[in-house]
Amino acid sequence: MSELLDARAATLLPDGEPLRRHDAAVFDLRRRRDAAVAALPDFEALRTHAQAIKTHTLDYLDAYLERFESQAAAAGAVVHWAEDGAAHNDIVHGLLRERGVRRVVKSKSMLTEECGLNPYLEARDLEVVDTDLGERIVQLGQELPSHIVVPAVHRSRAEIGELFHVHMQTPSGESDPVRLTEYARRDLRPRFLAAEAGITGVNFAIAETGTIVVCTNEGNADLGMSLPPLHIASMGIEKVIPTLADLATFLRLLARSATGQPITAYTSLVTGPRAGGELHIVLVDNGRSRLLANSTHRSSLACIRCGACLNTCPVYRRAGGHAYGQAVAGPIGAVLAPALSSQAEGRRLPLASTLCGSCSAVCPVRIDLHGQLLAWRRTRAHAGAGERVLQRAAAVVLGRAALLRAAGALVRLCWPLLARRWPGNPLGVWLLGRQLPAHPGASFATRYRRLKGSKR
Amino acid sequence: MREPVVDVALFIPCYVDQLAPSVGLAALRVLEHVGCRVHYDPRQTCCGQPFINTGATREAARLARAHLALFEKADAVVCPSASCVSTVRHRYAELGLELGPDAQRLCARTFELGEFLVRELDRSELGSRFPHRVALLQSCHGLRELELGHPSERVYATRPEPGVTERLLRAVEGLELVWPERPDECCGFGGAFSVKFPEVSTRMGRDRVRALAATEAEYVTGSDVSCLLHLDGVARREGLGPRPIHLAEILASGLDG
Repeated sequence: MSELLDARAATLLPDGEPLRRHDAAVFDLRRRRDAAVAALPDFEALRTHAQAIKTHTLDYLDAYLERFESQAAAAGAVVHWAEDGAAHNDIVHGLLRERGVRRVVKSKSMLTEECGLNPYLEARDLEVVDTDLGERIVQLGQELPSHIVVPAVHRSRAEIGELFHVHMQTPSGESDPVRLTEYARRDLRPRFLAAEAGITGVNFAIAETGTIVVCTNEGNADLGMSLPPLHIASMGIEKVIPTLADLATFLRLLARSATGQPITAYTSLVTGPRAGGELHIVLVDNGRSRLLANSTHRSSLACIRCGACLNTCPVYRRAGGHAYGQAVAGPIGAVLAPALSSQAEGRRLPLASTLCGSCSAVCPVRIDLHGQLLAWRRTRAHAGAGERVLQRAAAVVLGRAALLRAAGALVRLCWPLLARRWPGNPLGVWLLGRQLPAHPGASFATRYRRLKGSKR
Repeated sequence: MREPVVDVALFIPCYVDQLAPSVGLAALRVLEHVGCRVHYDPRQTCCGQPFINTGATREAARLARAHLALFEKADAVVCPSASCVSTVRHRYAELGLELGPDAQRLCARTFELGEFLVRELDRSELGSRFPHRVALLQSCHGLRELELGHPSERVYATRPEPGVTERLLRAVEGLELVWPERPDECCGFGGAFSVKFPEVSTRMGRDRVRALAATEAEYVTGSDVSCLLHLDGVARREGLGPRPIHLAEILASGLDG
């Protein structure tokens, strides 16, 4: 049995203080989002408009990608196409090797996490430094980001202070976020200056102009693409949007949905390389065109990676991002995993939801996330032979009133036994953290018969 | 007679029949009180929700077909469990059954008890009396798929009038309605989720129980029996929190006759 989101798995967020802190910190982002979007009376219409742009773009993605490629090339960028993560890593490594690059600074990019770029480059003797503060923390801790916008949200200040103490020789016991940030800044600055290449992600790519757009709060991407002579931007093929005017719609939605900010502190539009520099843009498929061809699941490519569905998800907040075992956690991670993940376990993730629908209600591009989870469940990829047999049997019992009532009578008879915890109790899993209700007495059907029979 | 007689088919989902029969009786009492002629067919079983939610489409389709056939003649189907209603209204169409116009109408005419009273009969004041402090648990399917209330995620251009569940509770004599912190956070039941991911499910349940306990309510109510059963189980294990009582049971309290 898979151990995703399971109490036995070391990846589940520990109960107690870490759980309480994580839930509070992540839900705070949801609250900030609520306050920010409430200030836009036309917010729901804006979501609908954004969805329409994404739907249209995905319907004509081939044309927009080619347009983007030719416009980016006209502006002086070199565009590369990568069929999968391995091809992407190979292209990036090739560019670095050809130029004799040893030191690379990176800003946050979920795509490079998806492709496993860091370990790939490190295995080839390159020094790769993540420069987003949260990414830097998880890099020092040798772990994956647990959230797509706030990668180290599973870590307490004290833990971060300890990591910095070990890796940057900062004073022991420091947990003040301002001072910790200052230490990280001091550690990063010479690394920026020494880097021979900067790798960034891409939030949006504009077909009309061949522009890439990078949104950060720390300005680290701007340093990474301005200081070194080589800038490599990695993006999934779904990031393209038609025009600059469309960008305005998404910028109004992105930061508000993510953290409740009206806009990210830095929003950089890059059209072609800077003077004397090189810009390479790597367009990555890695399963996306398969999703594009799937009319049921195509809409999940509309995601702008704001993280709002993670922040609102009651399961994500109680499990932590690492429990999902994917680069992208939470509802959108569970929606993408069956299509994009190389691991078989990813196919079970659509089950890791109560289908409460809060994710669908916050999504700025109106992806029907819980409907998508249900649709993946219908593929039955998660269900083993044993489960299928049990379900078939259950359907027979639940499909016939006589069998249902007989089964119910048996359960009522055994109620005191079933209510106790003992090895082999078929209701044992329910009883792990719950009790059975009080004995229900006779069924409704029986009582109805008595009630109406006695009146006649 | 204050109003014309309305014929109603009572849909008592399998688990309400077996595990919470008092909720079914209360729903029957309320519907008869407002003048409905209630028909109950004891051959009814399960709408198929557990199978739909785990992707067992073939089994679900068989149950859905049987459900639609059984209620074929009904003008309105009323049920005291929001998630089962949402299953019939929204999910049957995804089963590939090729529903005809009559079946589609039946799906659309399947109502949660509270919405039937308020939206179809325009009755929110029933004469119920329940002199207690009551916290409302807004069940997710009822809230976000049947819109029995107003999801906290949504932005409303103008302030909407209270949702149907709230309107019914506000009209109950003596009832003091309170809301838990995070008024529409999921309780963690989620059907198969509760046993496939028991640890996360009970973490969610415990947080909800604590938030409900903080309201110092005597009871917690809602329009979905399954969420209340899960919460009841967690609350009893933790020795904490208000007692669960279904909306129908509150509405049936203190009715004359």
